[in-house]
Amino acid sequence: MKVALFIPCYIDQFYPNVAVATLELLEKLGCEIVYPLNQTCCGQPMANAGFEHLSKDCDNNFVENFSGFDYIVSPSGSCTLHLKEHLHGTDIQASTHIRQHIYELSEFMTDVLKVEKLEAKFPYKVGLHQSCHGQRGLKLTQMSELVAEPFSKTERLLNMVEGISIVALDRKDECCGFGGTFCVSEEAVSVKMGKDRVTDHTKHEAEFIVGSDVSCLMHLEGIMKRQGSKMKVKHIAEILNSAVS
Amino acid sequence: MFFVIKKSLTHNSFTHNSKMNHIKIDHATASLAFNKDEEHVNWHDETLWFVRSKRDKAVFQIPEWEKLREAGSQIKNHVLSNLHDLLTQFETNATENGITVHWAADAQEHNEIIYAILEKEGVNRMVKSKSMLTEECHLNEFLKTKGIEVIDSDLGERIVQMRNEPPSHIVLPAIHLKKSEVGETFHKHLGTEKGATDPQYLTEAARLHLRDTFLTRKVALTGVNFAIAETGGFVVCTNEGNADMGVHLADVHIATMGFEKIIPRAEHLGVFLRLLARSATGQPITTFSSHFHKPRTGQQMHLVIVDNGRSKQLGRPDFRNSLKCIRCAACFNTCPVYRRSGGHSYHTAIAGPIGSILAPNLDMAQNADLPFASTLCGSCSNVCPVKIDIHEQLYKWRQVLVKEGHVSSVKSIGIKSMASVLSSPSFYRTAGKLGRFLMKNTPFVVNNNLNVWYQQREMPEVPKESFRDWYLARGKENK
Repeated sequence: MKVALFIPCYIDQFYPNVAVATLELLEKLGCEIVYPLNQTCCGQPMANAGFEHLSKDCDNNFVENFSGFDYIVSPSGSCTLHLKEHLHGTDIQASTHIRQHIYELSEFMTDVLKVEKLEAKFPYKVGLHQSCHGQRGLKLTQMSELVAEPFSKTERLLNMVEGISIVALDRKDECCGFGGTFCVSEEAVSVKMGKDRVTDHTKHEAEFIVGSDVSCLMHLEGIMKRQGSKMKVKHIAEILNSAVS
Repeated sequence: MFFVIKKSLTHNSFTHNSKMNHIKIDHATASLAFNKDEEHVNWHDETLWFVRSKRDKAVFQIPEWEKLREAGSQIKNHVLSNLHDLLTQFETNATENGITVHWAADAQEHNEIIYAILEKEGVNRMVKSKSMLTEECHLNEFLKTKGIEVIDSDLGERIVQMRNEPPSHIVLPAIHLKKSEVGETFHKHLGTEKGATDPQYLTEAARLHLRDTFLTRKVALTGVNFAIAETGGFVVCTNEGNADMGVHLADVHIATMGFEKIIPRAEHLGVFLRLLARSATGQPITTFSSHFHKPRTGQQMHLVIVDNGRSKQLGRPDFRNSLKCIRCAACFNTCPVYRRSGGHSYHTAIAGPIGSILAPNLDMAQNADLPFASTLCGSCSNVCPVKIDIHEQLYKWRQVLVKEGHVSSVKSIGIKSMASVLSSPSFYRTAGKLGRFLMKNTPFVVNNNLNVWYQQREMPEVPKESFRDWYLARGKENK
């Protein structure tokens, strides 16, 4: 199984540890991973700001880098969703193949690798932050608004980790307020939303906010650091890849 | 990036009163002001979250909820595809019932039709129960210029009317006000005791004041929740019974509706009445679901059917299904942005996520900020009882607004340069390296007040290398 790793631009630049953990985890699970060297971005920053028409070159670059793989995996629900819905490079066939074969990490581990157990240990209390695009877009977890059977691909994987304790939150799937350019164009509401998410996790004594999207975590971490909070953020890859010692 | 723009409330030319003719403040600026009082924001958020939670409890009581939503959605799709036939069928049946049907192309015509009825009756006052359409058409302000006084009989609407404010929510018009603020308003306008906050006492005062209004008005206006093509009748839903109080005591009943309120058959009420109240307030059904079919002996009944931009929206394939909306406001209550910015920040009669996809249709330039007042979290689409893809339409409106030139040039330049960096792998790597270098060695370049992110958030810590650098180094080690 030839799997390409897509590392979103801001993870590449600011959170390389998340990318390293993703790569190591997938290798441990037996995947042959290729990291195409000329990858940049999924195009979402332009598109969500209303400039989808400017993301054509970015799309073409993506298609050039990611054609010819069985699967493409990314540690970001948001970027994955954007590609699934909006990747339209000049090469239509290659674009379609990518849209149909790109997976967010926990989705890939659940639906393709069908992981049933993991060798990992993380003896801490964590709060799970659902990224909206991962949850409502990719349906990684059942949504609180719908009258439907609960499930959570992300939580199922986390529960395989030894020693972990997932705290219950007051609002289990409220948006953190990052929202791409929203985080600066609507700074006041964005920060207030983030502060309220942090409070929900603090109130339930989480030691870590855990999520499958680094963009949410970067926003929440920025707020927590400014507040002098003791809580930290972790991407699920870092936890699922944590060593058993 | 939107700067202060002079507000003209509608594309019609009638004059507004001074209060309504204020300068428009864009959503982000208004939200910044709203967030100055964090305690108040917390209260507003919790209050509306409570309504969302009530909605959840109510919908989880019926296992077939999702099927009910699907049924509502399909009936409304059918309506939008058969509007002409349904509306003419309705007109025929309503006319046979003795209802006078009027057609209004826009807000101006709507207001003129109502004024003509009032003028003919020789009255200078009218009682009105809740109608968002009259807010959309700015009927009260129009009638005021003609010397006609309108009293809103919905309690929340009466409160905001006394304060000379627009409603901040389509179901809960005064939800932005605390009990103490209502007490102050009533003290000023109804002479209640200063400092009174007891809801029972305040409601009693409003009741006495409104009772007098109901008894003395010859003309009463109501909105319409559902108009039924096969019967020519219509249904008005209220919790206070104020619509009934108004029309049963008046000689003339005027009802006014956007043309999308039509449903084919009476049996479809079995779907919509269940969807509406559970979604709106978490009630199984509204306290009063009043069915009007014909005027009682000696009474006149008028019905005004309004377009006001709806045909135009119907002609936009990406946005037409926004007309399925039944005005429950579930999308307001669930919206994390609405809860933390307040209804007035949307500067339109219909606020919230649905307002943000309806308003640009009426006036793109004035409402270009609204589709950006969202994180696209998608909760709105999930609670929508008629399954409008609200968050997807917000995304699509953004594309339209940019193409039509309604986004500032500063933003355009920024996004264009971002696009060129991200389209070129080598440019991207150089920019990334440079950015990380600057953040590490000259943090003051980014950690200052010009950086909006930094105002209330720390920047991410700079790693010693990018993932790509690490990956290449690992490759060399392994060789």
